[in-house]
Amino acid sequence: MLAKIHITLKKDVLDPQGSVIANSLKSLGFDNVNDVRQGKFIELEINSNSKEEAEKQCNDMCEKLLANLVIEDYSVEIEN
Amino acid sequence: MKTHVIVFPGSNCDRDVAVAIQNIIGSSPEMVWHKDSTIKQSDLIVVPGGFSYGDYLRCGAMASTSPIMKSVIENANKGVPVMGICNGFQILIESGLLQGALIRNSSLSFICRDIIIKPTNTKTIFTNKSKISKMPIAHNEGNYFADSNQIKEIEDNDQIAFQYCDENGHINAHSNPNGSINNIAGVFNKSKNVLGMMPHPERAAESIHGCDDGRNIFESLLS
Repeated sequence: MLAKIHITLKKDVLDPQGSVIANSLKSLGFDNVNDVRQGKFIELEINSNSKEEAEKQCNDMCEKLLANLVIEDYSVEIEN
Repeated sequence: MKTHVIVFPGSNCDRDVAVAIQNIIGSSPEMVWHKDSTIKQSDLIVVPGGFSYGDYLRCGAMASTSPIMKSVIENANKGVPVMGICNGFQILIESGLLQGALIRNSSLSFICRDIIIKPTNTKTIFTNKSKISKMPIAHNEGNYFADSNQIKEIEDNDQIAFQYCDENGHINAHSNPNGSINNIAGVFNKSKNVLGMMPHPERAAESIHGCDDGRNIFESLLS
């Protein structure tokens, strides 16, 4: 199975990289960009008997290593 | 004093801190490779600065899962003094021994320069001889963050170790190099036997460094 994991900064954490990206986009003429938040995307292949089991394991991975829950949120999507 | 310095792939301040311990504390530290699994008896464990595992995923995240960290955590929970400097601070945070997070400097630049810090709590084993001190920082991710509930908890428990300040000891935005909340440069765990700090006391530990203010942290451990 393929797990797709998005890790994003929590709302109240400043994202200085996102702000710089937003400014650069504006300087390219994308004036309608209001806010940019940069995150991480992790894809992993996992052997599992069920989608539920794979999702449970990925949640565990996020809590133990892949995300830092003080500053980040995560979401997991499992594909066959 | 029996002292230990942990060495990860990518540590680069391990030998500097070993020299400082040797010169100030007077004990030759045992250098412990991260793949070792036990530290039997110690009076001080230092997790040094550097770029462990190339800062992959998040600074300190990979190193916090190294085999030796189980033993560092066990020792910390038994009350053994544990000190993390710079990347060592990031590793202690990632291992859960210290609260909060260290994120990218607000300037988005790597900062390498002298700063001034003021001890916030001088009643601990690490800070009983501390005063306003000058020492270098050298980091890209030293911007201390915790949400307002955590900050309140850390403040209420006197867990702030050091804050960036100006030469007169005033804590203000101008003296904050990296955007850290409340100018926080270092924190303790609840029992104050674990210290994490971004500034490098081992790089300001003898007159040849241009400044030896960093000695007071190691001297505190002797008293």
